[in-house]
Amino acid sequence: MKKLVNLSKKMLLVGAALAFSTMAPVLASAETIKIGAVLAVTGGASFLGGPEARTIQMLADELNAKGGINGNKIELIIKDSGANPEKAISFTKQLIEEEKVFAIIGPSTSGETLKIKKICDQNKMILLSCAAAELIVNPVAKYVFKTPQKDSHAAAKIFGTMNEMGISTIAVLNGNTGFGKAGKMQLKKSASKFGITIAAAETYDKKSTDLSAVVAKLKANKDIQAVVNWSIVPAQGILAKNMRQAGWDVPLFQSHGFGNIKFVEAGGAASEGIIFPAGRLLSPDVLSDDNPQKRVLLQYIADYESKFNEPVSTFGGHAYDAFKILCRAIGEVGPDKEKVRDAIENMQNFVGTGGVFNFSRTDHNGLDIDAFAMWTVKDGKFVLYK
Amino acid sequence: MSLELFSQYLFAGISYGIIYAIVAIGFNIIYNTTGVINFAQGEFLMLGGMIAITCNQFMPLPAAIILAVLLTMLIGAAIEMIFIRWLDNPSVLRVIIITIGISILIREVALHIWGENVRALPYFYGNEITSVNILGANVSPQIFFVIGLCSIIVIILSLFFHYTSTGMEMRACASNRRAATLCGINAKNMVTLSFMLSAGIGALAGAVMSPITYTQYDIGTGLAIKGFTVAIFGGLGNSFAAVVAGLLLGIIEAFSISVVPLAYQDAISIAILLLILFIRPHGILGSKDTASLKEF
Repeated sequence: MKKLVNLSKKMLLVGAALAFSTMAPVLASAETIKIGAVLAVTGGASFLGGPEARTIQMLADELNAKGGINGNKIELIIKDSGANPEKAISFTKQLIEEEKVFAIIGPSTSGETLKIKKICDQNKMILLSCAAAELIVNPVAKYVFKTPQKDSHAAAKIFGTMNEMGISTIAVLNGNTGFGKAGKMQLKKSASKFGITIAAAETYDKKSTDLSAVVAKLKANKDIQAVVNWSIVPAQGILAKNMRQAGWDVPLFQSHGFGNIKFVEAGGAASEGIIFPAGRLLSPDVLSDDNPQKRVLLQYIADYESKFNEPVSTFGGHAYDAFKILCRAIGEVGPDKEKVRDAIENMQNFVGTGGVFNFSRTDHNGLDIDAFAMWTVKDGKFVLYK
Repeated sequence: MSLELFSQYLFAGISYGIIYAIVAIGFNIIYNTTGVINFAQGEFLMLGGMIAITCNQFMPLPAAIILAVLLTMLIGAAIEMIFIRWLDNPSVLRVIIITIGISILIREVALHIWGENVRALPYFYGNEITSVNILGANVSPQIFFVIGLCSIIVIILSLFFHYTSTGMEMRACASNRRAATLCGINAKNMVTLSFMLSAGIGALAGAVMSPITYTQYDIGTGLAIKGFTVAIFGGLGNSFAAVVAGLLLGIIEAFSISVVPLAYQDAISIAILLLILFIRPHGILGSKDTASLKEF
């Protein structure tokens, strides 16, 4: 208790100092809550970090314009890691030790998150990751949460669809990123459960500009009935092009890393028919009106697209969920780290863009397999796969 | 290996190789006049692609590409004038470090202008799934545009450097700048011209290969590394050798995939670069005597 009093005294001082220095009309009781973010705004994973950074900046501005959380303004500190794990580590340390932030959102990629998972946990820093790999929350670290759906659910969804289509022998391709490697591991782990054989597995560089040679190699194996590609890089579209140019028309499955319409635009006609699992943000119109997610999704899409003049992606949605979950927890219990952590862990029925979150002590992701739907590309648009 | 599979690998290799070769030719032009390597060469490709994509929204494709080439040439000239022209007898190392700095600068500026998104020009003929069947292999027609362009560039360049007075003056500056200046050649203008020329060729290549490779603000680095490997592999300064080396490297890379996992593709090309540097530092088609006369 004494600690708490001390802490609030300190925070009061900081708040007062801020009010004084900026001469802004801030109430004496209000505090500024510093929230850090480590996102890959540039670099190979900028597809993720760009929309994520824009989303949380938009949300923070909106919130501050309304007066913040119970009068406490939010100060967002976004660090651009360029998807580089070393940079992510040093920015995380900087946010914890120098900026003394309240919580951290990000990183965008699984590789970076796995590198800072332990640092955050040891420093009792709440981390809300926007990356997908299941290893982030399994094993559970007390202070680490994540908002994107799980790899294992994505793999299960893909294999389930394959079972329906009568596919049993597949090839797996992945980019050499943390996400790609984690996905490949997950696919290998659960393939046998669905009676699926992985006949070939290849990894490509995240900067690959042409994959026609490996397509030739895989195409020569006549047993392969479908290809699963697990990556977040532009090579997703390049692979599709090279497969179709080679006249290889087996079904192409992508991971939930495909959820950005820009990949479809870049792939053009070759993207047609790609099947992949993703949240419902891609096309909320398919939801019935009484679905609680529909309102959230439409609101986010309208806000984001009018502000940034580009289509939303599921990745920006992950940051949206992370920010909103954190704000809801702070709103419920006030700016106290331990209480906020507990509030997140006990949060039920939080309706986000990725699905309906139900956190628990053993599940720091909170989403079930129904958070995914299977999608396909038709006439350059995402439609539900039937 | 069946004929179909063989030719499929072969054409994959040719498409890799021809792209590497075009980048290498850009390196060679500046090397031929200044005796240094311009590490911002990859960025010229990126700029060519990006500007062409932007212009294509307002004008037909050929006009967009021409405008992109002209604009990139102006950028190339501006870069030379701002960063290099005023240096008084700079060392090779200093110019190389300056060009590395320029490449970072261009990348960051491009990131702010075009954002982090991947873009591409439309295919010149057909679309993303069009292919032509040759010897049982299916090949994208776009690759023929790249091959055609590359051949034209090599022929024109070699005519230019050997039969026009400007071309010969540029070569004179590379062999001995002081002697060239004494003969009345304006060496500084020749260097500017070489930057414009290589920027223009880079931009043209960047636009033509954009449908195949996509264009992103940071695509230049990867292409520059491969292009540099090929330029060294063939022998610095020789455009014809660059094409031979490029095709060779591309085909080796493509066929290597049939035996080793794809993940080792880049390791193979870098291993080749190291081998060449150890065994034949003047390149497979370069001459040892000529190389020994050069500073770098």
